[in-house]
Amino acid sequence: MAQFAALLRKDNQPVRYLVVDDSVFARKNIIKMIETFGGEVAGEAGDGLTAIAEFNRALPDIVLMDITMPQMEGIEAVERIIRQHPQARIIMVSSVGYQENILAALQKGAKHFVQKPVKPEGLYEILRYVLSDEAGSSQPLPVSAGKDDVQ
Amino acid sequence: MKIELIQPFINAADAVFSEAFQSPTKIGDMTMDEESYRLKGVAALIRIEGEIEGRVILDVGREAARKMASHLSGGEAVEGEQIETEAVCELANMVIGNSVTLLNDKGFKFKIHPPEIHTSQEGIGSNRDTEAMVLSMETPYGDIYLNIAMHYLHRRRQERETSPAAD
Repeated sequence: MAQFAALLRKDNQPVRYLVVDDSVFARKNIIKMIETFGGEVAGEAGDGLTAIAEFNRALPDIVLMDITMPQMEGIEAVERIIRQHPQARIIMVSSVGYQENILAALQKGAKHFVQKPVKPEGLYEILRYVLSDEAGSSQPLPVSAGKDDVQ
Repeated sequence: MKIELIQPFINAADAVFSEAFQSPTKIGDMTMDEESYRLKGVAALIRIEGEIEGRVILDVGREAARKMASHLSGGEAVEGEQIETEAVCELANMVIGNSVTLLNDKGFKFKIHPPEIHTSQEGIGSNRDTEAMVLSMETPYGDIYLNIAMHYLHRRRQERETSPAAD
């Protein structure tokens, strides 16, 4: 995997991620990418309901959220998390990337969408964007992108 | 079974496997299967419901599944049925998700369910409306078999037959 400049919070601490996917395998792969970006895993969940509980427990900087999951799907989980935490930064990560789905997720408050298979370079750039002012958050930014471009 | 339903799966499988394995894939045999489906190894089944209904089985021999799991884990040696199954489910998820995206962009509305592990040695039979197409794709880690059985809902089919411009 390519080397990436660390993405850090404004306080120079690692960005903390909540990884939500019903596939243990997919979570493992995303976690591996996060670690190469200098981040740390604040929590994991395999469905939307657990994701909400894990968000409330860990208060992560970023959520990477699958869409198709048992019990509660990702878009509904986004809606519920944003209702309680309007500043939450959630990125959808799914193989189902048709416009209707993407729009629904964005309307519920997700910041971006990444289609599987996830390319590390693509995810890195989206994280940089979401962690920056460009994402259009009205809240003070708790985090900032790290040093430079992808090395 | 209409080729317009099958083609997005072939295109998506080609794109996903090429990306996942960082190597071009080759489409091998393509056959119609009217018999019960018999497992080749580790299989994930995904059901589709909506204007198109049916199911797709992604099936990989156990040794190939282990090699694929190892590659997808970043080259780590992997052991155990669970990681092989997880790898196959994730590949199925990506192929079906990308296919659904292509079909949805053509105007079909439907929903996919999370993958189920397909373990029945008896397999799943086909019928007139859901005869299955089985195609193999050659990857550097072994062959992947896609068994696709799908049909239009009756109402949707009537609309399409009476209104070709709707496509």
